[in-house]
Amino acid sequence: MPELIKVDKEKCTGCSMCVQVCPFNAAKLVNKKAEIGDNCTLCGACEKACSVQAITIERRKATSPEELAKHKGVWVIVEHSDGELRRVVLELLTEGRKLADKLNEELAAVLVGNKVSGLTKTLAEHGADKVYLVEHELLDKYTSDGYVHALVGAISKYQPSIVLIGATPKGRELAPRVAARLQVGLTADCTGLDIDEKGQLLQIRPAFGGNIMATILSPYTRPQMATVRPNVMKVGERDQFRTANIEKVGVNISPRTIRTKTLQSVKEISGAVKIEEANVVVSAGRGIGSRDNLKVTEELAMVLNGAVGGSRAIVDVGYLPHHQQVGQSGKTVSPRLYIAMGISGAIQHLIGMQSSDFIIAINSDPEAPIFKVADIGIVGDLFKIVPVLTEELRAIKKKEA
Amino acid sequence: MKIVVCIKQVPEISQVKLDPVTHTLVREGVPSIVNPFDEIALEEALRIKEKVGGEVTVMTMGPPQARDALLRCLAMGADKGILLTDRSFAGADTWTTSFTLAKAIEKLEYDLILCGKQAIDGDTAQVGPEIAEQLGIPIIPYVKKVIIDPAQKKLAVHSETDEGYDVIESKLPVLLTAIKGLNEPRLPSVMGIMSAKKKEIKVWGMADLGGNPESYGLKGSPTQVVQVATPEPRGKGTIITDQDPSVAVKKAIQILTEAHIL
Repeated sequence: MPELIKVDKEKCTGCSMCVQVCPFNAAKLVNKKAEIGDNCTLCGACEKACSVQAITIERRKATSPEELAKHKGVWVIVEHSDGELRRVVLELLTEGRKLADKLNEELAAVLVGNKVSGLTKTLAEHGADKVYLVEHELLDKYTSDGYVHALVGAISKYQPSIVLIGATPKGRELAPRVAARLQVGLTADCTGLDIDEKGQLLQIRPAFGGNIMATILSPYTRPQMATVRPNVMKVGERDQFRTANIEKVGVNISPRTIRTKTLQSVKEISGAVKIEEANVVVSAGRGIGSRDNLKVTEELAMVLNGAVGGSRAIVDVGYLPHHQQVGQSGKTVSPRLYIAMGISGAIQHLIGMQSSDFIIAINSDPEAPIFKVADIGIVGDLFKIVPVLTEELRAIKKKEA
Repeated sequence: MKIVVCIKQVPEISQVKLDPVTHTLVREGVPSIVNPFDEIALEEALRIKEKVGGEVTVMTMGPPQARDALLRCLAMGADKGILLTDRSFAGADTWTTSFTLAKAIEKLEYDLILCGKQAIDGDTAQVGPEIAEQLGIPIIPYVKKVIIDPAQKKLAVHSETDEGYDVIESKLPVLLTAIKGLNEPRLPSVMGIMSAKKKEIKVWGMADLGGNPESYGLKGSPTQVVQVATPEPRGKGTIITDQDPSVAVKKAIQILTEAHIL
């Protein structure tokens, strides 16, 4: 990354401190002067260790419009596991396509992994003009160190204007690390994106539990980075005739780059629909009364091919595992249909579900706050209403099939 | 084991005020608490200290009244507090916040840094990973179990994933972000509250941290809030109060069909 890190050969005394502190083996002495190799990750360890300030990393400064304009293209970082794309990638490609068209720039997908070129076709068919393919056997398994290294390298080399990452657990760890290393702005968990008249990325996100919507710009730095909440943007039509240019990107990576070691991946949820990706979420609260009674919830979810969620009250008593909790200290969901049964609707719960397209609330208390956000509110005993609703919907689904 | 816990004083959500000129959040006058995820991080630090010995330093950046949040942490059992406060820190986005915290952490000796997963006001979950990156140390997020091996200067954690959890090992120093389920934070005891008043709280400003003044606060922030709006309230829904479940359900299905939800 010679663009951002510089060694002043006059000042360098050849003391080799940088070589000793570099966690990535990127610094070496050539003719008794420090040189920084391509596998530098801009972590800054050498800059700090250098006693004569010979090594400098270029920090943010007031950037000229010409400088900003050098950065071109909209990038979507591809999240995948076990050879499958996360749905949010397709959502981002659809949205990224719109942004790229407004800017009249290229839309690229960045695919990091090992032997993953099989995924490029789908990326092209959903709108990518180009796929940057960063493959290496050390990137076979996701590690944030490995991915950060690969992405920082690719971004520094190709200088895109916009980088979008799905606001999944992985994306929300990866994006801040990449942004911090590149010293650029990052907006978390956006629910809306647009381009302003100056060609800047408008990043819209809820804050304070959805009580306010903030529009954020990154005026001084490029790329403009944002993580985008899954399930908010729609996936566009797939065009089977679309193709993309594949550009292979070299990556200089060694086992030392990856400082943490994943010893084991334990799968606790198998087969079930993830609540943050489900089209329909059926949730239960304190009103459900017991673990056994959750059958009522599960049956309705099954008929609608949806996922089961719960409020904090029932997760705390162990009726459901934590990863199924909807709300502030759990997951944020925005499905097409959200059904809340026996949930009163504390603000902490509403935060996690009020951006759903359509909300049905069933509660015996007509004053329950959940009814304020509901499109349909049914006041009554959930054990009388839900089984009838389930049967009616089952009949409708049967007819459709 | 020297542990640094980064905490944030957050307002009780639901009453948000905004400065109409700068569009930054006005925190004065709203009741404040320690961010719940940060209390979990602190609890874990205290448990580690109780097991292997050491010292827990709790650090926050904020206005002078953020001292109250540090006091609560000291009452829970932290040994020292550091308050980073300076007018020049105001309006910081996640990048400058993490820059400021990292600058302060660099002045300390540390083996482990613990943060909450995210603050309940900003909800970005960015500051933890950004601190790790600024310090050049590894980070493991969403931690729900910590197994520490002080002799080997390493630890293993359970890091929550979409499907379950990964068991990840790292050498120290490392930064961890805590999620619900890691532990149940203790309440400060009366003794704790008494002794907290005698514990040291250092106050550091920009001059103490050094570096380029342009890197702090709003001035140093690469992102800029240009507009803040209250979201449109959801449209008035239909409330069905029929006693007969089958009548109620029929009405609901009709609305669902008309809205093309089914």
